[in-house]
Amino acid sequence: MSGFRLETGGRIDRSQPVRFDFDGKTYQGFAGDSLASALLANGVMLFGRSFKYHRPRGLVAAGSEEPNALISVNRGPGRFTPNLRATGVEIHDGLIATSQNRWPSLAMDFGAINDRLGMFFPAGFYNKTFMWPRSFWDRVYEPAIRKMAGLGDAPTTEDPDVYASTYAHCDLLIIGAGPAGIDAALGFMDTNKRIVLIDEQDELGGGALADPALWPWLERSVKALTDAPNVTILTRTTAFGYYHDNFIGAVQRLTDHLPDVTDAPREKLWRIRAGEVVLAQGAIERPLVFDGNDTPGVMLSSAAKVYANRYGVAVGKALALMASHDSGWHDVFALAKAGVGISVIIDVRESVDSALILEASRLGITVYLNHGVVGVNGRHNVSSIDICDYGDQRVSRIDCDALLMAGGWTPSVHLWSHSKGSLKWRDDLGAYVPDVPNENVHCVGGCSGDWDFGTGAIIDMLPTPKDQSRIKAFVDFQNDVTAKDIMLAVREGFRSIEHIKRYTTNGMATDQGKTSNLNGLQIASSALNKPVTDIGLTSFRPPYTPQTFGALAGHAKGALFQPTRTTNIDDWAQAHGAVFELVAQWRRARYFPHSGEDMHAAVNRECVAVRSSVGIFDASTLGKIEVVGPDAAEFLNRMYTNPWKALEPGRCRYGLLLKEDGFITDDGVSARLAPDRFHLTTTTGGAARVLNMMEDYLQTEWPDLDVWLTSTTEQYAVIALQGPNARKVLEPLLEGIDLSAEAFPHMAIREGRICGIETRLFRVSFTGELGFEINVPTAYGRAVWEQLMAQGAQYGITPYGTEAMHVLRAEKGFIIVGQDTDGTVTPFDAGLDWAVGKKKPDFVGKRSMARSDIVALGRKQLVGLLTDDPNLVLEEGAQIVADPKQPIPMTMIGHVTSSYWSETLGRSIAMALVAGGHDMTGNTLHIPMPGKTHTAKVSGVVFYDPEGARLHV
Amino acid sequence: MILIHCPYCDEKRPEIEFANAGQAHIARPLDPSGQSDADWETYLFIRANPRGRHHERWRHIHGCGRFFNAVRDTVTDKFETTYKAGEPRR
Ligand SMILES: [Zn+2]
Repeated sequence: MSGFRLETGGRIDRSQPVRFDFDGKTYQGFAGDSLASALLANGVMLFGRSFKYHRPRGLVAAGSEEPNALISVNRGPGRFTPNLRATGVEIHDGLIATSQNRWPSLAMDFGAINDRLGMFFPAGFYNKTFMWPRSFWDRVYEPAIRKMAGLGDAPTTEDPDVYASTYAHCDLLIIGAGPAGIDAALGFMDTNKRIVLIDEQDELGGGALADPALWPWLERSVKALTDAPNVTILTRTTAFGYYHDNFIGAVQRLTDHLPDVTDAPREKLWRIRAGEVVLAQGAIERPLVFDGNDTPGVMLSSAAKVYANRYGVAVGKALALMASHDSGWHDVFALAKAGVGISVIIDVRESVDSALILEASRLGITVYLNHGVVGVNGRHNVSSIDICDYGDQRVSRIDCDALLMAGGWTPSVHLWSHSKGSLKWRDDLGAYVPDVPNENVHCVGGCSGDWDFGTGAIIDMLPTPKDQSRIKAFVDFQNDVTAKDIMLAVREGFRSIEHIKRYTTNGMATDQGKTSNLNGLQIASSALNKPVTDIGLTSFRPPYTPQTFGALAGHAKGALFQPTRTTNIDDWAQAHGAVFELVAQWRRARYFPHSGEDMHAAVNRECVAVRSSVGIFDASTLGKIEVVGPDAAEFLNRMYTNPWKALEPGRCRYGLLLKEDGFITDDGVSARLAPDRFHLTTTTGGAARVLNMMEDYLQTEWPDLDVWLTSTTEQYAVIALQGPNARKVLEPLLEGIDLSAEAFPHMAIREGRICGIETRLFRVSFTGELGFEINVPTAYGRAVWEQLMAQGAQYGITPYGTEAMHVLRAEKGFIIVGQDTDGTVTPFDAGLDWAVGKKKPDFVGKRSMARSDIVALGRKQLVGLLTDDPNLVLEEGAQIVADPKQPIPMTMIGHVTSSYWSETLGRSIAMALVAGGHDMTGNTLHIPMPGKTHTAKVSGVVFYDPEGARLHV
Repeated sequence: MILIHCPYCDEKRPEIEFANAGQAHIARPLDPSGQSDADWETYLFIRANPRGRHHERWRHIHGCGRFFNAVRDTVTDKFETTYKAGEPRR
C-alpha cells in the first residue's frame, strides 16, 4: 500500500463514486478517474509483469506513453481488449479489467524465474540460442516461448461491435489540445477557417489539466472554442498516422468509457484532409537509467504531478526525487503544494539554480547534489533507495515509498516523422526537434522543443560504483531492454542504431520507445564513443499508439468486406438450391443439387442433360465491351491475333488476346453487329483488365483511331441454352429471328425479340453442343430465364452451374485462360495457332512470337492426359515427371491444369502443360500424387466429338 | 494518401482514384516486325529505376478514365507535375 487519495484536489467528481473490478477484486474510484489513478488511490502499485523477465511492474507515466501498465478489459463476449494502457482507460461502473503476463497471479508469478536467470537472457539471446538444432524450433522452443512471452491474450471470438468511419476536410487541423494547441485554435478561431482540434484524452487541456492555476483559463478557452461554429472538437481521439498531402488518420473512441454496452459504434475512424496541420503533441518526460529503475513506485515526476493535481491521488506518503533536470524540482514543489509528502531531492548535477535550492529548503526538503540513485530496494514496491555521493563514492540508504525520475524531456515528434519532416539534434535539450517540414505543417509548444521546464543535464545513465554486469538498469521497460543489452550489442559489433534497435528490441514494443528511444541512443552513443548524430535515428511509423483492427476495418467486414456482384438470375438460383462459388467478385451458381445428391452426382446429371437434351446456364458474368466507331474493325484487328476486318456483320469470331510479350491474356467470342459496331465478350475475371488494356492502346498508341469503348458487362443478362434440343426450346419464344441452321449458322448473331424483349442472340457454344447465348437487358434476365424453363420443361431442361460448364468445355478441349494458361503460354503452346492471323502485319504480341525463347524447343505445351486407370481423376496442379525412378528432387516437366470426371465418356480426362508436349502424343508420363505415382498417356485436348458434328446441326 | 492532379479533369484527387501504368514515354514502335531482337527487348522489358525524378503513366481510372503522364520523385513520393498524354517530356 503506497498511493492514496488526497483529501482535496483533482478534477474528479467526488460526488460520483464508481465501482470497478481489477483482477477479480472490486475497487471504488470517482468519475473522472483513469483506471491507473483509481487503482493508485486504492494503494495498488503492482500493475503487471514484464515481457521477458516477468518482473513486477508499476506505473511509469500518467499518459499514453505508459510502457508498463498494460491491462485487458473485458466488456462481455467478443469484447475483450488486451494491451490497453491503464492510464488511458476511463473507469465506469462495472468495468472489468485484468493484469497480463502473470501466472498464476500478479503477486506470485511463475515466469519470474526468468528474472533470476536474467544473466542468461542477454540481447540477441533468442537469435543465438534457439538457432540449433533446427528441429527443436517447432516442437520445443516456439511453444515454450509462446507460453512465457507475449503481451496479453488475443481475443478468441468474433468482435460483435460496430465501427464507423468518415472523411473530413478542414483548413486547419490541430493535433493536441494542451496549452499550445488550444492557443493555436484560439488564434485562428476568428478567421473563417474550418478548424478541427483533436486530443487523445477525454477532456481538453493536456498538461494544463495538471496545473490548477491554469484551470480558469482552460475553462474560458474550452467554452470559447466549443461555441465557435467553425471549430470541431474531437476528444478521445488519437491521430495515429500522418500520411501524404496532409492526410491524417485518427480514431475516436465513442463508447468504451460508457457503463453500458450498446449497439452504437464503438469507435470511429476519421480520415482527415487538412489544408494546414499544427502539431501540438507536447513532450514526454524521460526516465533515468539506474539499477532497479523498474521497481513499482519508481515513476516520472511529471506523472506524480498529474496524479496529484488532476486525479487527487498521492503516489506515496514519502517521496524522493531523482533529477537531472529542473522540471523535476518544479513538479516536486507542485506536489508539496498539493499536500503530497516529499522529503528528498537527489540531483546528479553539482549545482542547480539557487532559487530551486531556496524553495526546497523553504519546503523542508533535503537536497543531495552530485548524487545519484544506485539501487532500489523492495520488490513489489519501493521501500528504500541507495544513493551514491559522486564526490566520495559513499553509498547511503534513504527510506521512501515512491521515487520520482526527472531525466529531461523528449519532444513528441512521432507524427512529424510520419510526415517525413526532418529532425535536428539539439545538444541543450539532448533531443531531436523538428527541422524542415515536408508538408504544410507547423509544430508548436513542447513537441517543437519549446518549453519552460528549465534546464537539465543530459546523461545516458546514472554513474554507479556497482559492477555493470550485475545490475539491471532498464531502458525499454515494455521490452525489458537494459543498458547492459545495448552495451553488449555495441561490443558485438553493431554500429547503427537501426541495427542496435533490432538486436536488442529497444523501442520496438507497442509504445515504439516513447520513453526509451533517446536513452537508448545516448547509451549507444557513449558505448561507441561517437556523437549521437553519427549513429542514426530510428523511424517512427504509424500508429502513434496501438489501434483496434475493428476501427481500421470499419464496415469492411463480413458481407461488406468486398462487394459481391450478383446477376439478375441469382435469386432464382438461390431459390432453386444452387451451391454458389465466387468467381472474381461474382457469385456464380456452381451446381444445382437435387435432394440427396453430392456435387459429383449433380454435375454428372447436369452434363448428361446438356449432351442428351438441353441445359440452361447463367452466363451473365461474361465481360462485355461495346466497340463502336468507323475504325472499330481496324482497332480490333490490331488488338486481337485474329483478322477482324473481313468479318461480316451478323457473324461471330473467337478472339485471342495477347499481351505485348506474346502471352495469352484473355479470350472470348465477339460479334460484329454492324460495320462500325462490335459486341465483345471477355472472360468473367478479365473484363476490367481487358477494357483497361484496350483503352491504353486506344488513348496512348493509336489516338488517331476513331473508336469508343464502353463496358456493357452489367447491361446484359446472358442465358446460355445448350444441347440438341436448344433450338426447340427457343423457337416458340422468338420474334424476328429465323433459327434454321441455314439462316442462322454456328458463330452468328441475330437481333430480334424473345418473349417480347429485345435480344442479341448469339449462336455459340462452350459445350460442343448446339447452343445459343441469349443477351437481354439485365432487368429481364430472370423473366426470360423462367420462360425458357417453362418452355423447356417438356425436354427436361436442366439448369447447370460452373462446374458442369468446366467439364463440358474440357471434354471439347476449350481452354480457360488463367487455368490452362498461366501468363507464359503462347497461342502455339496452347494449340491455338489456328486463331493467329498469319498474314496480319501486326497485332499486339505478334513481334514477341518471333523472340528466340518463344520459338525455342522444349516450351511447355498444352496436351490432353488420359490416365491408365480411367477411374482416377488427377489433382489439378499435380506435377508431371518423365521418369519416376530418377532421384529426388525430380525434374518436373509440367503440371496438370484441368482434370475432371467425364460422365459422358465414362472416364477421367485432364489437360496439362508439358515441356515439348505436342511431340509426346501416346507417351506415358508419371504424375506423383500423395500415396502413389500415377501414369497417363498424352493425347490431344479434344476428347469428345473432335469433328464438331454436334455443333453444326 | 497522395493527391494527384489529373490534367484532364484539372483537379487534385485522392490516389485511390488512380492506377499506375508503368514508365512513361515508351512509344510502341511503329513497325514492330522491323525491330531487332535487341530493340524489341529494350521496348518490352528494359525500364528505368531511378532514385528521384521518374516519368510515369497514370490513369484516372475511377474518374475520367484518361491516361496521362507524371513526374514523381521516388524518394519523397511527391508528384512534381502531371501532363496530358502526347505532350513533350517534362
Ligand atoms: Zn481525370
